[in-house]
Amino acid sequence: MDQLLGLFLYFLSLLTVGGIFALLALGLNVQWGFAGLFNVGIAGFAAVGAYTYALLTTDTSPFHLGGLGLPLVVGVVAAMLLSGVIAGIIGVICIRLRADYLAIATIGIAEIIKLFLKNQTELTNGPRGINKIPRTWEHFTEERFYTSAPMSWISDATGWQAFFDALPRWWWQPMFAMTILLIIVGVYILLERARLSPWGRMMTAIRENEDASQAAGKDVTRRRIEAFVLGAVIMGMAGAFFAQHLRLIDPTNTFDPAKMTFLVWVMLIAGGSGNNRGAILGAFLIWTIWSGSELVINSSIEIIANYQDMFDVGVLRTRAGYLRMLLIGILLQFILQRYPSGILPESRPAAIGKQ
Amino acid sequence: MWASFGFEFVNFYLIPGLVLGCIYALGAIGITLTFGILRFANFAHGEVMMTGAYLTWTISTLAGLWLGWSLHPLIAAVPAIFAAIGILILIDRYFYKPFRNAPTIMVVMASFGMMLVVRSTVQFIWGPNQLTFVKGIDKPNEAVRQFTADLDLMILVPNKHFWIMAGTVIIMLCFTYLLERTRIGKAMRAVSDSPDLARVTGIDVEAVVRATWVVGGFCAVAAGVFLAMDIQFLETTMGFRMLLPMFAAAILGGIGRPFGAVFGGLIIGLAEELSAYPWIGDAPLISPGYKTGVAFTIMIIMLIVRPSGLFKGRTF
Repeated sequence: MDQLLGLFLYFLSLLTVGGIFALLALGLNVQWGFAGLFNVGIAGFAAVGAYTYALLTTDTSPFHLGGLGLPLVVGVVAAMLLSGVIAGIIGVICIRLRADYLAIATIGIAEIIKLFLKNQTELTNGPRGINKIPRTWEHFTEERFYTSAPMSWISDATGWQAFFDALPRWWWQPMFAMTILLIIVGVYILLERARLSPWGRMMTAIRENEDASQAAGKDVTRRRIEAFVLGAVIMGMAGAFFAQHLRLIDPTNTFDPAKMTFLVWVMLIAGGSGNNRGAILGAFLIWTIWSGSELVINSSIEIIANYQDMFDVGVLRTRAGYLRMLLIGILLQFILQRYPSGILPESRPAAIGKQ
Repeated sequence: MWASFGFEFVNFYLIPGLVLGCIYALGAIGITLTFGILRFANFAHGEVMMTGAYLTWTISTLAGLWLGWSLHPLIAAVPAIFAAIGILILIDRYFYKPFRNAPTIMVVMASFGMMLVVRSTVQFIWGPNQLTFVKGIDKPNEAVRQFTADLDLMILVPNKHFWIMAGTVIIMLCFTYLLERTRIGKAMRAVSDSPDLARVTGIDVEAVVRATWVVGGFCAVAAGVFLAMDIQFLETTMGFRMLLPMFAAAILGGIGRPFGAVFGGLIIGLAEELSAYPWIGDAPLISPGYKTGVAFTIMIIMLIVRPSGLFKGRTF
């Protein structure tokens, strides 16, 4: 029974983190899949979202500024807004240039965001990061929430304590996973509408033939900035949920620009860029492979350890993570060369009247 | 004047800035050549620098273990350069060449992937910890110190800085000769200026591509070894940290303009070091933690004001 529960909880965590990555992949799909904008600063936008959320919603703390203890929804919305504003500024500057420059600029801005979070110690607690970030559902068990309105209207502190003690310790986990899945569904429906709308068709036209769209009187630069900002808004939201999931964020390890950005790219390319369902599928698939490969590699190291004593397998244990990164990198190269359109290739909306 | 202002400024800001500028300049040559000739921003370039430095370390360590020689890093760098060029040509053959006729963004993506593949390979082989490249503190060159002290202009330059600056100048002279005088150098400039015109005139574009990797790889490994000599240790993120300043240098000098890249590299290196000088009051003008930000800011300003760079490079 305990094993089954453990398996169930592992499955839930796969759903949760896979879902957060699915949001990131959906955001990237708006930028890359719809508009052909090459963003390699995903970790930066996610970090902006995560830190905005964390600073606004955590309880007051002597280590960092903020800690305003605002409602969680406010934190998520602010995370989306700030991420979008930053994307807007980069967009206005760099979007007219060729994709390579945008790539350099976005990797740069991710680096600057990291520098800022690391160096502004009085604001963000620097490299030590922010702790005790409230997580949706689980936050109800925190005293500051159940002693204040609206929870205090229903029952007093002792009543709530008794209620939460009666629940199993993992009660919030399925709820949190479901919340994220619901948000994915919501974002998916909105993005599908955007894709099939005149705006989305214009986007495809601009991506495929910029000169022709310009000649047809479309405001290419403006549409591109819109797509860039919309994608970043979704990434900021994903960042906020990532902060919720982790509860402890720091600028360097959590938002390792290489690892996080790269994984999201592999997810989108594998799933099929331009296809929202592909983005979601790719995210869950690659995340399952990514965390499954950890189990596989670790158990193979144990097998090696059992059958030989020529060298110290401790070295292998500390380096297994790099092997995973190497394999996923080669997977990306393989997909790029052999299956560039991914598992679910982009499907163009049918011409009006032909549906 | 010298004692109160110049001594500190020259020795602790200007000379380190020049040294850093030399390293950026060498790295930016490779970036600007690939950008100009192969037409893509090579994100894996910093990792080549890093790999070259690791190979150099391995060669000099092995030479010490097996043969009992203590090789100077610059000698150990020679086989490392050949190895790195070989790796670059293999990467180009298997990972970049399939995209030569595809939209350039595909190869940018491939290079972004290679950045991680190369880095995680190095991390897997050499482990995540820092390695000591050169032991001990490099004392300032005694002859220069004596000579300049007699003139009341005491300059403290460690030998490693002399090696770096002299090495950069020598590489630059060879590079100038290659570009200006040799057939393949002229072909490289021609492809950089106009690939279609170059192809029509019968230039072997694949040979030019190979030459680009040879020159870029040579300069990258030299830059990586110089950087390792300067900071005296190796870590797997050292290449990535160089990437942004090198892009900034290439854009500042104008894409496809190798001499512009060198100039840009020196400017970026100086700007990064001098930004920490207490120009106003006693505190550093910009906190040293934000050094990378200086390069990025210069790059963004260039992209807004003059995307073609100082020396009229290409814009895409």
